[in-house]
Amino acid sequence: MSQPSSPTPQILGATDDGEAEAAIAPAAALDSEVGGRKKGWGLGAWLAAGWLILIVGSAILAPILPLNDPTAEVAQKRLAPFQPGGPLLGADANGRDLLSRTIYGARTSLVIAVCAIGLGLLIGGLLGLLAGYFRNWLGNSLVSLFDILLAIPQLVLALSLVSVLKGNPADTESFRLPVTLTLIIALGIVSIPLLARITRASTLSWSQREFVTAARAQGATHSRILFREVLPNVLPAMVSIALLGMAIAIVAEGGLAILGASVEPPTATWGTMIATGKTDLEEAPFIVWIPVAAIFLTATSLNYLGDVIRDRFDVRESAL
Amino acid sequence: MRLLARRLLQLGVVFVVVTFFTVWLISLVPGDPAVVVIPFDDPQETQRTAFREDNNLDRPIPVQWALWAKDFVRGDFGNYYTSTGTSPVSDRIGSALPISLLIVLYVQVFSLLVAVPLAVWAAYRSGSRLDKLLNAGAFGCISLPAFATVLILTYYLGVQMNWLPTEGYVPFGDGPIDHFKSVAIPVFALSLGQIAVYMRLLRSDLVATLQEDFILMAKAKGISNSRVLWRHALRPSSLTLLTVAGLSVGTLIGGALVVEFLLRIPGMGFMIGEAVLTRQYVALQSAVALIAIGFVLINFLIDYLYTVLDPRIRERSS
Repeated sequence: MSQPSSPTPQILGATDDGEAEAAIAPAAALDSEVGGRKKGWGLGAWLAAGWLILIVGSAILAPILPLNDPTAEVAQKRLAPFQPGGPLLGADANGRDLLSRTIYGARTSLVIAVCAIGLGLLIGGLLGLLAGYFRNWLGNSLVSLFDILLAIPQLVLALSLVSVLKGNPADTESFRLPVTLTLIIALGIVSIPLLARITRASTLSWSQREFVTAARAQGATHSRILFREVLPNVLPAMVSIALLGMAIAIVAEGGLAILGASVEPPTATWGTMIATGKTDLEEAPFIVWIPVAAIFLTATSLNYLGDVIRDRFDVRESAL
Repeated sequence: MRLLARRLLQLGVVFVVVTFFTVWLISLVPGDPAVVVIPFDDPQETQRTAFREDNNLDRPIPVQWALWAKDFVRGDFGNYYTSTGTSPVSDRIGSALPISLLIVLYVQVFSLLVAVPLAVWAAYRSGSRLDKLLNAGAFGCISLPAFATVLILTYYLGVQMNWLPTEGYVPFGDGPIDHFKSVAIPVFALSLGQIAVYMRLLRSDLVATLQEDFILMAKAKGISNSRVLWRHALRPSSLTLLTVAGLSVGTLIGGALVVEFLLRIPGMGFMIGEAVLTRQYVALQSAVALIAIGFVLINFLIDYLYTVLDPRIRERSS
């Protein structure tokens, strides 16, 4: 029989020691050690990393790649993919090149996901470290803060923030933040409690280790212990949850776009490509399938790599 | 009792903070909120003045919140502002909320019905090819957003096969078959991710429980495998599942918003999406507050259920 990943079924509910993390990041709750074998850096990880490198690389290099203008009409409307002479992945309802829209869409979608999670990690990670390290009034009040933030369903919170900050797009007089920035802020705020709770759970277990006690006995300051002793050990957990968070952010952008709360046309994101393409689902479904596939592959790759890191560094939120 | 009091206090704090946030939202709108909410011609400024007065926009935010909360508790959720006049938000919520609740209920029941047997099967054959297959399948399902599943199902089952309606909602009273057909795609799409999460969670808890001495004892007594699994192992393993099922209502609500909007099902999601598109912030505010309160209440109830179900928690907290 394999070694169980969590020693006993957890007793949950009355207190908050790490049970909610599992639910917040569904993929993090997965026990990836099927049959006791760890998920190593195998074929799956190469495929995942390869896809991410391909999509990030082409997104960065988009301006110098031989691509059509993503906002210009270059082909027959709703041209199917792989037609000789046409764009490789076909054209959308406005005759715009779907390949180039997917790549330019990746630029916006990835910038939103990476910056939002970066923002969340900076704030949430710091708060999580503090909450896990100081187990006094500070830690307790921070945990309550995370609980309050978690009380509003995440997509609903992000949706309200974006739609309110966005205001009326037709109004050119009053100052409005760029919608991309609005999305970054909204998704960043939403990700704070998620990232903070995982960081806290990991900090909680590391800061009870002998080397921390040793450092304290030697008279190290709190900040030195936190950043030099605890943080390096908590980092794998933070990175793995950040990858999962990016997957969630990419999917969330898709959802927000469908609800009409993403960037304004003609700028492409994967979400807005789905939102505008869904009216053509009957006649030209490929217009939707292409961004859907891009979101699915990217989210799967991020989830998978997050899992690989978790296993490598033995991160176990659920067992804390 | 002390625990209950603490949780009730927490509930109160969450309620105040969340509703305060939703009230504060309107003041975040760039420019004049009255102009943003009422963009159409309003020559005498009658609608806009009414809007400002209704929402006490000239008062400080704490006062706004107090007045809003007073109305909210009485079931006055504010108004929609259209060029033809105002209509109360509560009417829309009254018809939209039951639909969304029903869908979330269907999803939870369906996911648990599918996930529990799969988890028991996978845990029983832990390490086998079947276990690995289920694990890989679950992994894929988690990365597939519900809106993607909806689009795929709508295209293949709705457009191509013509088996299911591609949009709209039929109430149960108008024909049970049509009702279930109209909710089949959203419920299945939302369940897929839940099934994966529940299955993996319950499987790993079950694998851990199966290592315990009392299972060995039960087996030694000659109790059949299925009885050991379903009677002895499942119950202590299902506690985490209960919490996660409660917490995932939040994710589910978010997913349901998008799915309802895509399929034009007149639930809360459709209402919120519409409110966003037409910038009806008062409606948005009430809907968000209502959802947040419901979500907090559900998790409060589950926490309480826990102390009832598991005596160990009662002891620890007293």
